[in-house]
Amino acid sequence: MVTIIPVLGALDPLALVRALPGNVSQGMIWGIMSIGVYLTFKILNFADLTVDGTMATGGAVAVMLILAGYHPVVAVIMACIAGMVAGFITGILHTVFGIPDILAGILTQIALYSVNLNITGGKANQAVSVDQFDLIVSLRYITSTIVVTAILTALIIAILYWFFGTEMGFTIRATGCNPNMSRAQGINTSVAKVIALIFSNGLVGLAGGLLAQYQGNCDVNMGRGAIVIGLASVIIGEVLGEAIFGNRLNFCGRLLFVVFGSIIYYIVISFVVWLGLPSIDMKLFSAIVVAIFLAVPYLKGKTKNSYRRAAKGGVR
Amino acid sequence: MLELRDVHKTFNIGTINEKKALNGVDLKLEEGDFVTVIGGNGAGKSTVLNAIAGVWPIDNGTILIDGENVTGLPEHKRASFLGRVFQDPMTGTTATMEIQENLALAARRGQRRGLKWGITKREKMQFHELLAKLDLGLEDRMTSKVGLLSGGQRQAITLLMATLKRPRILLLDEHTAALDPKTAAKVLALSDQIIEENHLTAMMVTHNMRDAIVHGNRLIMMNEGKIILDIRGEEKKKITVEDLLRKFEEISGEEFANDKALLG
Repeated sequence: MVTIIPVLGALDPLALVRALPGNVSQGMIWGIMSIGVYLTFKILNFADLTVDGTMATGGAVAVMLILAGYHPVVAVIMACIAGMVAGFITGILHTVFGIPDILAGILTQIALYSVNLNITGGKANQAVSVDQFDLIVSLRYITSTIVVTAILTALIIAILYWFFGTEMGFTIRATGCNPNMSRAQGINTSVAKVIALIFSNGLVGLAGGLLAQYQGNCDVNMGRGAIVIGLASVIIGEVLGEAIFGNRLNFCGRLLFVVFGSIIYYIVISFVVWLGLPSIDMKLFSAIVVAIFLAVPYLKGKTKNSYRRAAKGGVR
Repeated sequence: MLELRDVHKTFNIGTINEKKALNGVDLKLEEGDFVTVIGGNGAGKSTVLNAIAGVWPIDNGTILIDGENVTGLPEHKRASFLGRVFQDPMTGTTATMEIQENLALAARRGQRRGLKWGITKREKMQFHELLAKLDLGLEDRMTSKVGLLSGGQRQAITLLMATLKRPRILLLDEHTAALDPKTAAKVLALSDQIIEENHLTAMMVTHNMRDAIVHGNRLIMMNEGKIILDIRGEEKKKITVEDLLRKFEEISGEEFANDKALLG
């Protein structure tokens, strides 16, 4: 601690404050993707690794369409649809061909790498300038980006809240929790899984379309590690939401906290960069953060329920 | 009603774990039959129920429900004919959903599920009434997650779910085996009541011979994937556990090796 303080003294706190709006806007775009991850990881209980590919697909589709003269809004909608197609493919690989969930996602993800390069005409990245096009989000206009993504997020949460209250939404929730019971109640669990994957990857594709506009280019690697960021957001949001609201946290609240989780993630990232963490170590850092967050609930459970404790004379 | 014709099923064919689970099962249920199914471990009791429910396809034979051949239908499609309660209380309900949401899922068994609300106001009122009849105080906890309930409560809800939409056949697969004796008796009484009130056709697997004799109007005994005894009416009423054991030894040429069945 003593050695850190002089180091901190040499840092410029204002730089951190100045970075805040950028962290928020970036976090909100990734927040939309994280809602997608929430749908599969939390509701469907399906670790979907497609998203790393889907994020880049969304970006590639959006940028190429904008360059071809389509309106950026149309481009984002198409990015969303492209994501849905990717989710559909993972779903078919899993349900029709019986490939385990993680592997099905990885296969689609790898295939998308080639697909994405084909979309961008073989180039690893394609620029789209906010000076030439009327982009809906951009890091040059952070306030409007935050407003646009906030409206979009509210809309998405509203739609999902409605959807998961419908009969079809019920089938997805039931399938994720108890597939045996679901089938006994006449639910086609394969269909439910595919629908959830379509929804999830649609959101990821949409976020990819936004992110590409935001950063002014699409990159074939822009989705690398997206699943980790998504999981981080989901878990940070959950821990935080439950700490504040406990059991009263409803579905809308949970989705909202996923977005907060994503924003916090980017603030933390910006903080460690500010502290001087080299950017090449970023992914290592992210993975460690997620590993810790995933491990904490498990280890906490173990302290209450451990062999060592039992050996010491039980829980009395 | 329900008819099984020469149903065969072998698990893990061609491996060292190969197991002939059903070895030519013939069974015909009349409307309103309440059949109890007994037999030793591995006799094929639960397997028969799973075959009817379509958990996996059978190897050979035919399954008819109400004259309709359902042999080729997958599990979720056969669900429209069937109400099921399982041995494990965790199996029959969705832990992360509310009590009323679970019931709403069951209320739509056999229907297309679209974009209408998953649960309606009218249903909530109906569920409140039904839950009050269980007398477990669950009617005041309709928005609680089912995961918070005890095994007995979950089995009671599963029973309600299985019969909410009148099933052609109710399949009870050792549904009280995982409960403590007092709760088991309660759930069993509730099953009797629901079956009687709705004039349901039912099959109940049990390892408790006394329960098998007391409940239902018909009793079948299984051994090595076959039905070896099928009694009903007066004959069933008069039979004792000792009689059943003797018959088992007579027919199968083995001793009935199942402590639970003897002691329970």
